[in-house]
Amino acid sequence: MKLGFGAEYDSFRAEVRAFIQQHWPPADGDLKSRENERAFVIAAIERGYMHRSIPRRFGGSEQAPDIGKAEVIREELTRARAPAGRIPGNGLVVPTLLEWGTEEQKERFIAPTLRGDIIWAQGFSEPNAGSDLASLRTRAELVGDKWIINGQKIWTTHAHKATHMFCLVRTEPDATKHAGISYLLVDIRQPGVTVRPLVQMTRQREFNEVFFDNAETPADMLVGERGKGWNVTRSTLKHERSGIATMTWSLSMFRDLVKLTKEVERNGQPAIKDPRIREELAAIEGELMSLTYSTYRATSHDIRDREIGWFQTMPKLYMTDLAGRISKLARDIVEDDFTDMGGARLKWIERFMISLSMSIAGGTSNVQRNIIAERSLGLPRDRIQGAGA
Amino acid sequence: MNFLLSDDQLAFLAAVEDLLRDRCSPPDVHRAFDVEGDAQFDAGLWSGLVDMGLPAMFVPEEHGGLGLEMIDLAIISELLGAYAAPVPWLGHALAVVGLTLAGSETQKAKWLPRLASGELLATVAFGEGKSTWLPEEWQMQADGGLDGIKTLVPNAAEADLILVGVAEGLALVEKGAAYNAVRVDSGDRTRPVDTVTFARADCELLGKGSEVRDRLIDAAAVLIAADAFGGAERCVRMSVEYAKLREQYGQPIAAFQGLRYQLVSMALATEPSRGLYWYAAHAWDALPEKAAHAAAQAKAHLADTYLQVTRDTVEAHGGIGFTWEHDTHVYMKRAMLDWVWLGSPARHRLRAADLAGW
Repeated sequence: MKLGFGAEYDSFRAEVRAFIQQHWPPADGDLKSRENERAFVIAAIERGYMHRSIPRRFGGSEQAPDIGKAEVIREELTRARAPAGRIPGNGLVVPTLLEWGTEEQKERFIAPTLRGDIIWAQGFSEPNAGSDLASLRTRAELVGDKWIINGQKIWTTHAHKATHMFCLVRTEPDATKHAGISYLLVDIRQPGVTVRPLVQMTRQREFNEVFFDNAETPADMLVGERGKGWNVTRSTLKHERSGIATMTWSLSMFRDLVKLTKEVERNGQPAIKDPRIREELAAIEGELMSLTYSTYRATSHDIRDREIGWFQTMPKLYMTDLAGRISKLARDIVEDDFTDMGGARLKWIERFMISLSMSIAGGTSNVQRNIIAERSLGLPRDRIQGAGA
Repeated sequence: MNFLLSDDQLAFLAAVEDLLRDRCSPPDVHRAFDVEGDAQFDAGLWSGLVDMGLPAMFVPEEHGGLGLEMIDLAIISELLGAYAAPVPWLGHALAVVGLTLAGSETQKAKWLPRLASGELLATVAFGEGKSTWLPEEWQMQADGGLDGIKTLVPNAAEADLILVGVAEGLALVEKGAAYNAVRVDSGDRTRPVDTVTFARADCELLGKGSEVRDRLIDAAAVLIAADAFGGAERCVRMSVEYAKLREQYGQPIAAFQGLRYQLVSMALATEPSRGLYWYAAHAWDALPEKAAHAAAQAKAHLADTYLQVTRDTVEAHGGIGFTWEHDTHVYMKRAMLDWVWLGSPARHRLRAADLAGW
């Protein structure tokens, strides 16, 4: 049993580190520049460090799968605060196109998406189609060589920054619920599309409503077959993986919490000296360690194609609960500052709320519970739900 | 990264599990609860496990053992916990660890081969009552003979050798010395515990007892945590299986979302904590500066989780889960001992906080 990646990865790590040192921070020192980031990402792809599973001809670096190497790269990029090569907007479209797209779609969209020249919004949810996504009603009709789209999408993250949307629309109104849906790509910078921002409870504007009023997209922007959009989506969701990266997010939130408990004073001493707070902090750490080392265990199993077991479906819900618990302890520590949106503790007030968004986005916590019940525990499927979770 | 069990470890686990499936079935375990009088361990099962080499696992090869590590003891503890095995593993395994770490060459040569072969049974005595468990709290002294009381000592009455935590370090007491062991009417009849009263009992200090006693306590915390994981996971699986079989309103109760979510919450509390106890065992073996903190965290988190999961298991089973004949109470009582033994979760969390330097 070994926790590190071992000597076989040491030289690889040294290589990655040297590469990063050479390219980041950028020569002009401007860390925020879009152009600098783009140049770094392109160089990293060239070197084989980013978008490793994507073929070269579509702009990826086409490397043999190696979770260990991927993790070393991620660690080194984080360490240097270099761009992580995260696809701006919603990158789920890339694996979907790789699996279902036509050659033309792959050539036209994947490389610019990886470089950030095309930014995608995800058009799935509608006001009346949330967890029951397949009940969606936005229609698309094929007229000549164009799809004409009418309807509304909601909770569309970063649609105001996006250039394109991948969306689910109803193209076969007479077919049964799941069989009437198709997967379309749409340029949303067109008169038939209106993007209206939604203001979140945090006051931030991250998502939007998107209205289609006779919007158009060419006939060949259909991904997969007509009426098979539901299957195409299933593969999108399959590619969404929570692993070490999500665990790292919890770890950094916890580190901030420890810092906060040391900073804030109560009864003339740092809050961290209060036994009640100490005990809760340790309890949170116990859960965090559980998540951390089970993630290492899962990763080790993944590398060797061994079954992970029950834990496979659990990280998201576990982390959601953990984030809630962390933000509640932070609330207990900042006390009076907990209501001051203009004060120094705004970050924790936001986290208190943002931790809730985790229980909604990407499948609500109750949907996660259904997935754990069915896939991990093998409980029979809820009869009303139709297709498998 | 290689945070998984080796093929050898998996094969050993599978072999031990074969034996347990055969000789430690629920009726075998229930016998411990149904016999009159003091709780006793299952001598037949123990001798089967001895034949498989369990007592020899941690003993160094030069003393007739297998020279394995804490992670190996921990995964066996998990398995024995899952089967609620009525065997004197906890005390014996820890006594072997203590002797291996602290014994002089002479002491090791004298005792370890006979402990490895199972010829002698050993145990450990840490607690002194009133929630006194940890080395810095031990009042008992070896100097002038052991005098006083050690509490919740596993299988002291049957043991040939007791490793006693003392102010000076660790002391060895042989059967026949001036002490008497009185079996406690403890809930967990699969792991009987005794109150041991020493009356100026002859003893021998271990060579390096004062240096390694904290490490022995960490080992104890790891093994308790592993046992708790095994028991908790078994309870979750039991509840899931029952929900698939039991029908009400014309369908398996597993179809009712209320119960499904309860089962999910039990599984979610339990399964990820496997990584925590693995890490604690691994840290004991390989990351000395992290070991004490990880052990404290594992003991606290797993003991709490196990006890709660056994409560949830009763709920998931309904009336049958509240009966003496059902397995649930066996696990709840093991969970109670895991919670108490070595100190409560709250104490270990505060200890973990100290060790984290907070």
